[in-house]
Amino acid sequence: MSILSMTNIEKSFGNLQVLKDISFSVEEGEVVSIIGPSGSGKSTLLRCATFLETIDSGVIAYDDNPVTTMVGDKCVYAKNLNDFRRCFGLVFQNFNLFPHYTVLKNMMDAPVSVLGRDKEEVKAECMELLKKMGLEDRADAYPCQLSGGQQQRVSIVRALAMKPQILFFDEPTSALDPELTGEVLKVIKELAEENMTMVIVTHEMQFARAVSDRVIFMDGGLIVEQGDPEKVFGNTENERTKQFLSNYNR
Amino acid sequence: MDLMTMILKMGEGLGKTCAIFFLTLLFSLPLGMIVALLRGSKNKIVSSVTRFFISVLRGTPLMLQLIAVTYGPYYLFHLSVSRNKLIPVVIAFAINYAAYFAEIYRSGIDSMPVGQYEAAEVLGYSKAQTFIKIILPQVIRRILPSMTNEIVTLVKDTSMAFTVSYQEMFTIGKQIANSQTSFTPFIVAGVFYYIFNAIVGFVMGRAEKKMSYYDM
Repeated sequence: MSILSMTNIEKSFGNLQVLKDISFSVEEGEVVSIIGPSGSGKSTLLRCATFLETIDSGVIAYDDNPVTTMVGDKCVYAKNLNDFRRCFGLVFQNFNLFPHYTVLKNMMDAPVSVLGRDKEEVKAECMELLKKMGLEDRADAYPCQLSGGQQQRVSIVRALAMKPQILFFDEPTSALDPELTGEVLKVIKELAEENMTMVIVTHEMQFARAVSDRVIFMDGGLIVEQGDPEKVFGNTENERTKQFLSNYNR
Repeated sequence: MDLMTMILKMGEGLGKTCAIFFLTLLFSLPLGMIVALLRGSKNKIVSSVTRFFISVLRGTPLMLQLIAVTYGPYYLFHLSVSRNKLIPVVIAFAINYAAYFAEIYRSGIDSMPVGQYEAAEVLGYSKAQTFIKIILPQVIRRILPSMTNEIVTLVKDTSMAFTVSYQEMFTIGKQIANSQTSFTPFIVAGVFYYIFNAIVGFVMGRAEKKMSYYDM
C-alpha cells in the first residue's frame, strides 16, 4: 500500500506550467529524494502534496484514500483536508518555527490544541524526542536563542510530535552553513534508519545518494528519471541527468 | 485667580479628559480589529466599503467629526442634543481612532511572513486558531511602537472636545484663559498633557519590554 500516491499531477502558475503530468508514489518505510535544478518544480510538488498549493488536475491519495477527484476536467478537493494533514509533516527550508513559543510549546501546541491530546502525555513524548535530539536542555529556549541547525532540528521534532506517517523535507539544509548542515542531515539519516517514510527535496547530492532508497530527478516540471540512487548517481544513461550531476562533481 | 485655584479647577476636568481617553481606547481597539479584518476581507464589496469609510475618517478633521456626531442629529432629524456630551464625544473619537488602529493592525498583519501561516496550516490549525494563537501575538509585538504613537496623539486630541463645549480639562482651561485674560491656563494644560504622556510612554515602554521576551 502506498502511503502517498500522486497521479497525473498538473499545476500551472498563470501561463507557466510547473508540473507536467507527474506521477509517483511512496511506499511505507521508503526514503525518496527529489533532485533537480532550481525551478524544476521539486518544491511545488511538495507544496502540492501538502496542500499548500492546489493542483489543476490529477489525483493525490494518502493510504489509497483520494484527496482529490476529477469531476470532468475540474479537480475537486475532499472536505476533510485536516484529516489528511494528520498523515504528513513538513519541514520547511527556513524552519518557520513560531518565534513567540518556546521549543517545547512549538512541539506541544499542535498535538494538544489541534489533535486534542492530553497535555502531560504529549509533554512526556516531546521531552523524549528532544532528548533523542540532544536538545532537552533547550526545551524552554525561544527559537531565536538557537543556532540555525538547532532550529531546523526543532522543526523536525515539531513535525514528528504529530506522529505523521510520512515526513516531507523542502530543502531542509539550504538556509544553513555547511557546518550546521551536517547536524541536520545526521538527524534525517537517523530517521531513515528507523524506517521513517520520507520525501526529501535537496541539493545535497552525496547525502541523497547515501540515504535514499530511490531518487527522482526532475527538470522543467517533468520527472526525467527515477530509480536506485546508485544507478542515477553512478551510471545514468540519461543525458540531462548526466549534465545536471556533472555540475556537482566539479 | 491664583495659580493653585486654576490648577484645581482644571484638575476637575481631568476626570473627563481621562474618561474620553480610556473609553476611546476601550471601544476603538477592538473596533479597529474588526475594521481591519473587514478591510482585508476577500469580499470585494465589503473591503472597498470599509476602505472608503477609513479614507473618510482619516481624510476629514476629527474636529469636524466631533461636531457632526454631536450636533448632526439635531440639524438632520431635529433630535435634541444629548445632555451628556461624553456620549457623542466618545462615539466620534472611537470611530475616528478605530480607523487609524485598523490601518496599524493591517500593516502588522501584512508584515507577517507567509511561512507562519503555512506552518500552522500544515500542522492542522484552523484559521481562527492560526490567527489568535500564532499571528495575533506576533502582530501585537510588531505594532506596539506605532500604537504608542497613536495613543500619545489621543491624549492630546482629547483637547478637541472643547469644540463641542464638553467640560474636560482643556475646555475649562480655555474658559479661564478667556475670563481672566491670562495665558497661564494654557501652560498648566501643557504640563498636564506632558505628564499624562510621560505616563503613557512609561507604560507602553514596559509593555514593549514585556513583549520582547522572544527577541535576541
